[in-house]
Amino acid sequence: MGEDAESPKINHTFLRDYVTEADVISTVEFNQTGDLLATGDKGGRVVIFQRETESKGVTEEAGEVGDSGEYNVYSTFQSHEPDFDYLKSLEIEEKINKIRWLPQQNAAHFLLSTNDKTVKLWKVSERDKRPEGYNLKDEEGRIKDVSTITSLRVPVLRPTDLMVEVRPRRVFANGHTYHINSISVNSDGETYLSADDLRINMWHLDITDRSFNIVDIKPANMEDLTEVITAAEFHPHHCHLFVYSSSKGTLRLCDMRASALCDRHTKLFEEPEDLGSRSFFSEIISSVSDVKFSHSGRYLLTRDYLTAKVWDLNMDKGPVETYQVHEYLRSKLCSLYENDCIFDKFECVWNSSDSVIMTGAYNSFFRMFDRETGRGVTLEAWRENSKPRAVLRTRRVYTGGKRRRGDVGVDSLDFTKKILHMAWHPEENIIAIAATNNLYIFQDRVNPDAQTE
Amino acid sequence: MECAVDAQSLISMSLMKIHSSRTQRGGIKLHKNLLVSYVLRNARQLYIKEKYAEIYRMQQYEEVMAVCSGIQELDPLEPLEQQGAEDAEPEQPGRAALCGEESRAAGGREPEPPEPAYYRSCCMEDQFSQNCNKTTVLDLDTHVVTTVENGFLHQDCCCAAAAAAAPQCAPGAAARKRKVDSAGCSPDLEEPADYTAGRKRLKREECSGADCSPDASNISNLISIFGSGFSGLLSRQAELEQVCSKQALASLGAWTRAIVAF
Repeated sequence: MGEDAESPKINHTFLRDYVTEADVISTVEFNQTGDLLATGDKGGRVVIFQRETESKGVTEEAGEVGDSGEYNVYSTFQSHEPDFDYLKSLEIEEKINKIRWLPQQNAAHFLLSTNDKTVKLWKVSERDKRPEGYNLKDEEGRIKDVSTITSLRVPVLRPTDLMVEVRPRRVFANGHTYHINSISVNSDGETYLSADDLRINMWHLDITDRSFNIVDIKPANMEDLTEVITAAEFHPHHCHLFVYSSSKGTLRLCDMRASALCDRHTKLFEEPEDLGSRSFFSEIISSVSDVKFSHSGRYLLTRDYLTAKVWDLNMDKGPVETYQVHEYLRSKLCSLYENDCIFDKFECVWNSSDSVIMTGAYNSFFRMFDRETGRGVTLEAWRENSKPRAVLRTRRVYTGGKRRRGDVGVDSLDFTKKILHMAWHPEENIIAIAATNNLYIFQDRVNPDAQTE
Repeated sequence: MECAVDAQSLISMSLMKIHSSRTQRGGIKLHKNLLVSYVLRNARQLYIKEKYAEIYRMQQYEEVMAVCSGIQELDPLEPLEQQGAEDAEPEQPGRAALCGEESRAAGGREPEPPEPAYYRSCCMEDQFSQNCNKTTVLDLDTHVVTTVENGFLHQDCCCAAAAAAAPQCAPGAAARKRKVDSAGCSPDLEEPADYTAGRKRLKREECSGADCSPDASNISNLISIFGSGFSGLLSRQAELEQVCSKQALASLGAWTRAIVAF
């Protein structure tokens, strides 16, 4: 919804808030080539953007303004509808929790989208030709009178306006008792996993009535529950390896060759707790909200409430790098608990060369960290401050010392403007940032190819 | 947007979140409620710690007062407990008196274990005093020597008894709270603290809840429905509740500063 100028007589704010709740973007994902970008929202819709192909002969120069490389809407469809579980008298939200693209095998594109309970496989295909010259039907499709047919002809395909068709091909239902938080496509191209709070299932893409349970951490007595699964992902190259994170801040690497049920981890990644900084909220802020393998498959990136951490698969004693995303919030945890912001689940992403990591924060800020220098930068995704093709300027949150112009005080941060979901192009320095119901796409024109910034 | 990092406000905030999550669209979110219960546990641990420290200080004061009045009256043979009951602190007149009340009211019944040891030895009744073991401790912070019976602290056990005695929610609450809230709300804070000890207590809480304001009854109903949740992670504090032994006492932060002198 656009921001209409408010009439001086009628205040539309409440209406605007009501209407756009369903438009809040809940997931963002590039496909493997980066030509397609899918977003899912709270209303159960999926919007696919396609990158415009660059015109032949035009080379990208620094600062050159052109239409090539922009993303435009390619297709929109309703993926999930609100549902109701009659047995448990529970409403099932239509919000799209995750979208994952399948590797492309033919002209069509496939993606998996999931809400709390059901995973669906969608086929996205183009149609730019249509058959003409039927013998038994006329151009409008009406059946011809047989007596009027005097000759036979072969129908031909003629070009037509491009039409994008999206059809559901599989519905993977009834696999989860708890809320699905992750899906991940395996490198074998045949299977994928779906994880909820207590279980992880593995599915075959062609089989919808059965799934294989590979992790189950539900205790025999629910009163003994101490942790839940928060995210899971397959290794990018090894189809037998996957990792899952827990609410206690631990990561578990599992090898499916070891046993059928991977309740016992192959490796446990855990950082010793800093007992000196314990607070009421220690458990909440240590809960991992997202985990991502690096493109190389050697490292893991995790996000908890205040930090982003890089782990080496070969070292389970602790992270190799820790980045403070918004340490200034540590003294505000009580207020953030009160307004529920402390439960926000931020995602984190790698760039294509695994040299830069990125994650979101509040006040429409997001942070990028250069792994080689260890330095971080704060950027802002806010339409009023950035015109198209303007250079993103770095922002700063004032936490003491000399205050610079443009610094934002901690108390002036807008906690309703949170950057939770984001994606980085698999090959180039293009990022997609979801800010509530807006999608920002930033491109690095100076270094379009992946380089250390 | 700063809020007071007060154990009690955190407990009530956490309960409100759990309560409202029941009506949230999409069903109860397991992860969020697990995290909220961790906050509840932490707040409760601090709450108990603070309570113990407070009682400890109060006992110190009473001991000192008792000794002073004993010296003045030249009657050193009177047991300290009785003196303590009569010479309640002026600032907190309700506490010790209530303690005595509650223990007398509950004295006749046969409470379930571990409660008999709980309040018997701490309350001001002669017949139980011989069961008390005394420990003399020196507080390094205040440099005061004091004697404590068996490590039991009045408030918690008497308040547990208060929760058990159905109609009497208000007096127990007054003893617990430092600040005065509306009468109806105060008992709620003890109810969630007790719920972790097991379902046995839940029925009693329902009784006390029903006599109080509608909010309290909602929350007590919530507790009974939520009774099966997450007590595994609260087992540490359940241990504290069940057995107020010296070992449990030693684990409390308030006591770690003290040296057992004798």
